[in-house]
Amino acid sequence: MSKAPPLLQINRLRRLMIGPVSLVLDEGDCLCISGASGSGKSLLLRAIADLDPHEGQVLLQGVPAEAIAPEVWRSRVGLLPPESSWWLPRVKNHFRDDMPLLLEQIGMSDSILEQPVARLSSGERQRLALMRLLSHRPQVLLLDEPTANLDPVNTRRVESMITGYRRAHKAAVIWVSHDVEQVMRVANRYYEMSKGELQPQEIEGQQWLS
Amino acid sequence: MVELNTIDLLIAAMLVVVLALMSIRLQSNISRQLIIAAVRTAVQLTLIGLVLKVLFENVTLGWVALMAFFMLFVAGREVMMRQERRFKGWWGYAAGTFSMFLSSFAVTVFALVVILGNDPWYAPQYAIPLLGMLLGNTMNGIAISMDRLTHAAWEQRHIIEARLMLGETSDEAISEYRRQAVRSGMIPIINAMAAAGIVSLPGMMTGQILAGALPVDAVKYQILIMFLISAGTGLGTLAAVKIGARRLFDDRQRLCLDRLREP
Repeated sequence: MSKAPPLLQINRLRRLMIGPVSLVLDEGDCLCISGASGSGKSLLLRAIADLDPHEGQVLLQGVPAEAIAPEVWRSRVGLLPPESSWWLPRVKNHFRDDMPLLLEQIGMSDSILEQPVARLSSGERQRLALMRLLSHRPQVLLLDEPTANLDPVNTRRVESMITGYRRAHKAAVIWVSHDVEQVMRVANRYYEMSKGELQPQEIEGQQWLS
Repeated sequence: MVELNTIDLLIAAMLVVVLALMSIRLQSNISRQLIIAAVRTAVQLTLIGLVLKVLFENVTLGWVALMAFFMLFVAGREVMMRQERRFKGWWGYAAGTFSMFLSSFAVTVFALVVILGNDPWYAPQYAIPLLGMLLGNTMNGIAISMDRLTHAAWEQRHIIEARLMLGETSDEAISEYRRQAVRSGMIPIINAMAAAGIVSLPGMMTGQILAGALPVDAVKYQILIMFLISAGTGLGTLAAVKIGARRLFDDRQRLCLDRLREP
């Protein structure tokens, strides 16, 4: 029997100022990318989510993106942008009814769902946007600085929420982070992005649990 | 009917000149624009009067069609110019013009053939004024709705993309802005119909009455025109917004704001 194809495979992905980037992620992988702002991290994630035109190929379980309907691709390869967007009046309108949300795990209570979106703090928005993304059950998470607006306690909560999801759903994560200590906590692979290219980095004192 | 002569019109023109002089005293720079617009009205309407005279004397489908397409292309340019963030390239012209063609021509031909039933059906005395009223009004609706749609796509790009990121189709992600765009294109004609006869006497009806038509007949024509205009505006707006919303996304349903011009 031939080996199953990797969960996510990126072959020579290119766009203006970026690439070529080639990566292979297996189930449970957590790959962190850091780099100066403007080095192209967000643009790389957008290309993987197929939000922007690009060259090269991205495959999910061996199937190229072009062979999958775009809305299906994006619900399986979910991108969490640095700034969340909300378009309905109340928080709960943005969530499906049938999903239990584990809001206590990230330091919030269910009552926040009744709140108008305009009353949320930036940290609350960021955590709720993560929950909204996870409720769609993506197989690959593309996280663009998911803890940028959070205090250390909530940062830890979000990290363990993501790690828990990754293990429970055999998901793979590409995580853009500026925080080297965070990278050491969550990643099993680490790259530095500069001038649109990825350079592999050592992870010191590896304590990562697969 | 009281025949108007050149002296009558010159006297009316005096009113505009007086207004322009008063504007100069208020140090407003509107007087120049006012005079230019007044001269344009006089020249353009005189010319179209001459054209219509020739057209009425030579009733052939070819000449009527030529006139109709000339009007369409001028209106199409107007629709394009009124949009702040219009589509780049020939799309900016074609989307509006095509929608106007679809709606105005279809409704005009329908009215000429089915409702008026003249022989020949393209009798220019009916065809050209009808088409003119329809183009003039659908032009407004289409320009407003497309401007609104492209504007919303730009302003709300983060929301549209956030919805795409959560697995919505491009249709779902932009549906709200499509609805709003259609609505704003339709509002002027809805308001005009609701206020007709109470707040304002529509221009065409007033013109007919002044020219000696019986009020009851003038009213019937006005009602017909209102219905045709609302149908034409509605169809044109729906078509323009559908084409526009499609053009905002590529074949992978990515939001393509680079297809819009900077204002």
